[in-house]
Amino acid sequence: MSCCATGVEGALEIERAGQGLPASEELWLASRALGDGLRQTDLSVPGVHCGACITTIEGALRKRPEVERARVNLSSRRVSVVWKEEVDGQRSDPLEIARAIRGCGYESHLFAAGEEEGDVLLKQLIRAVAVSGFAATNIMLLSVSVWSGADAATRDLFHWVSAMIAAPAMIYSGRFFYQSAWNALRHGRTNMDVPIALAVTLSYGMSLHETIGHGAHAWFDASVTLLFFLLIGRTLDHMMRGRARSAISGLARLSPRGATVVNSDGSRDYRPVDEIKPGERLLVAAGERIPVDGRVLSGASDLDRSVVNGESAPVAVGAGDSVQAGTLNLTGPLTLEATAAARDSFLAEITGLMEAAEGGRARYRRIADRAARYYSPAVHLLALLSFIGWMLVEGDVRHAMLIAVAVLIITCPCALGLAVPVVQVVAAGRLFQGGVMVKDGSAMERLAEIDAVLLDKTGTLTMGEPRLVNASEVDPGALATAAALALHSRHPIATALHEASGAVQPLVGEIREIPGAGIKGETSDGMYRLGSRAFACGDAGAASGQSEAILSLDGRELACFRFEDRLRPAARETVEDLSRLGLTTGILSGDREPVVAALARRLGIATWRAELSPRGKVDACAAAAEGGHRVLMVGDGINDAPALRAAHVSMAPATAADVGRQAADFVFMHRSLSAVPFAIETSRRAGRLIRENFALAIGYNVIAVPVAILGYATPLVAAVAMSTSSLIVVFNALRLKGLGTASAPASPPHAAGLQTVRSLP
Amino acid sequence: MSTLIYLIPIALFLGGLGLAAFLWALKSGQYEDLDGASWRVLDDGDGKPEKD
Repeated sequence: MSCCATGVEGALEIERAGQGLPASEELWLASRALGDGLRQTDLSVPGVHCGACITTIEGALRKRPEVERARVNLSSRRVSVVWKEEVDGQRSDPLEIARAIRGCGYESHLFAAGEEEGDVLLKQLIRAVAVSGFAATNIMLLSVSVWSGADAATRDLFHWVSAMIAAPAMIYSGRFFYQSAWNALRHGRTNMDVPIALAVTLSYGMSLHETIGHGAHAWFDASVTLLFFLLIGRTLDHMMRGRARSAISGLARLSPRGATVVNSDGSRDYRPVDEIKPGERLLVAAGERIPVDGRVLSGASDLDRSVVNGESAPVAVGAGDSVQAGTLNLTGPLTLEATAAARDSFLAEITGLMEAAEGGRARYRRIADRAARYYSPAVHLLALLSFIGWMLVEGDVRHAMLIAVAVLIITCPCALGLAVPVVQVVAAGRLFQGGVMVKDGSAMERLAEIDAVLLDKTGTLTMGEPRLVNASEVDPGALATAAALALHSRHPIATALHEASGAVQPLVGEIREIPGAGIKGETSDGMYRLGSRAFACGDAGAASGQSEAILSLDGRELACFRFEDRLRPAARETVEDLSRLGLTTGILSGDREPVVAALARRLGIATWRAELSPRGKVDACAAAAEGGHRVLMVGDGINDAPALRAAHVSMAPATAADVGRQAADFVFMHRSLSAVPFAIETSRRAGRLIRENFALAIGYNVIAVPVAILGYATPLVAAVAMSTSSLIVVFNALRLKGLGTASAPASPPHAAGLQTVRSLP
Repeated sequence: MSTLIYLIPIALFLGGLGLAAFLWALKSGQYEDLDGASWRVLDDGDGKPEKD
């Protein structure tokens, strides 16, 4: 199945950018004891896509002797495995579970603790929807009988039954609105829930009063139906946020959960990061992330610091150098002395910076809230005026009250309550199909308003992976030899080499990696060396500005490979599209100036800034905001995270650092950068539909309110008017889906799919 | 009129039964993975339901 193939590809992509399997001890720490010698482990598997993926993973896991049961959840892309602590007297290794999943071609990750609890509020909301739906249908049935002519004792009976059904439903389902309305009132504010709570309570009270007095009209159906529709809107809103969040938090993590600590007596312990104290000695193997800030005691290695400063070339470190938490140790094992506890580390500093940057966004009010600010006082005023008006005209308190309640019910923001969430859920669904995940609805509202885009360089405009650029100039034999040597290293340049060469004949001989320098191989031809010029040829020479690797035989240069960071697919087209959309584009990078300048020239971007610290990026975003611009920030590293928070709205690739992804409002899953204009266009279209929906809801009020004020709003009219307006709003929202399927493929598997999306008008 | 005395409780009871069934399904986790459920229908498997 084609979708599975992309699942595997996506998983590999994440693997390359992040880390390998979690450690066995880490899995033990993260698993929950279920009693009876059983433990449960929940793993995130971002690559699952379809039924075949479920069967493959579940099948592979069930084959293992220690696995009791396994179940894949496709919605949250997680697998939950229950396994026995001991099989035949042997302690089972949870790493085998992760390995079995990887064996089927899927990458699995642990996710942060505390996120796995089910969504309690969502369940409450769904139950409330069910209860109010049940009450609404039953009361409707009884009401229809009343409208079609039941009178006298029969009508009273129906009204009494309706009252009895409505009362518990209103208390149970209406509590969300009562609580929220009460909270708002207590703080001297008003929101959309105040007129709802008021209308529902008043209409119930009036109906009960009417029923007791053998009146002809009761509004039980209206009050419960109102709750039903509004709860649907609220549930949709909540579902959208929860789903994207669980998918995003399920991707590769950045900060390790624990580290191996060497005690003073030489024994080794695997301890959670929080329990590591400054001064302790830590072992970090090649391929692991540095857990806390520290100083190297012994060992030499290369560090990938791209997540910290955006610098694409790895940095060599040796004894005495200080290292930062979150950087990836590439080539050799290191012994560190922790210089800061986890909560004081570089990562924590970034978190603090992020919280400080939050301000700009916190001021943003969602469209629905802004509408409520004007709408709800207007509604109350209107109802009050009609009450006073009818009192002056007729002097009948009961009739004036009935009219006022009718006005409140008719104007109740039923359509308004649905207008925003329905559109946003449909739009989020469309984005999800296109590989873009949205954190919450307000992100789409903000994205529709932007006028400038700031892009990070490494990992965003480029893939953050070097690529061989002079393959055609190099002797193929030398390339094959270099690739065979490179197989023994995890260095990004080594990866690029054997990617460029294809199938490789292994070298016979003793091959060793020298951390921080390169690889050397003792063969029958002589001593091959691959690495920096100083390492390969022995002369210190002039260090070239470009990343390069030299292959030498016994100190004689055989070939020089030059590398360049490759552009993210469709980067150039994306920049063009953005300017076509009327947006200005700029680059903010932590990388060196010449590299950034060359890239900006290549992409035709006029404004760029290089060598920015995390704070510098925040300042750049803040300066743009002060200049009256609304900025979309696209970035991936830890160093981008504070800026992602500071910008009006932000976006990150799925390969981004954990902190970056958490800070971003949008996360795109595919490699192609065309997800950016795609998300902007979808958000703009959703914004248009929301405005249309508001217009429809207001237009409906313009027609319905005079009817209510003039006293013609019987329960039947109210019920019809309310449902019609809600349905119109829903159908209008579904147009987005219709438009989407016409031009976007149902499930664009990767970049190619997104490129067709990009050609939207 | 007298038939209503029976019919209304019966209607409410049946409706309530539906509601109870839904709440039970919700509680037993049948709505946890809607995307997966639609694929599992197509899975031939061994025909036995999941243990959990």
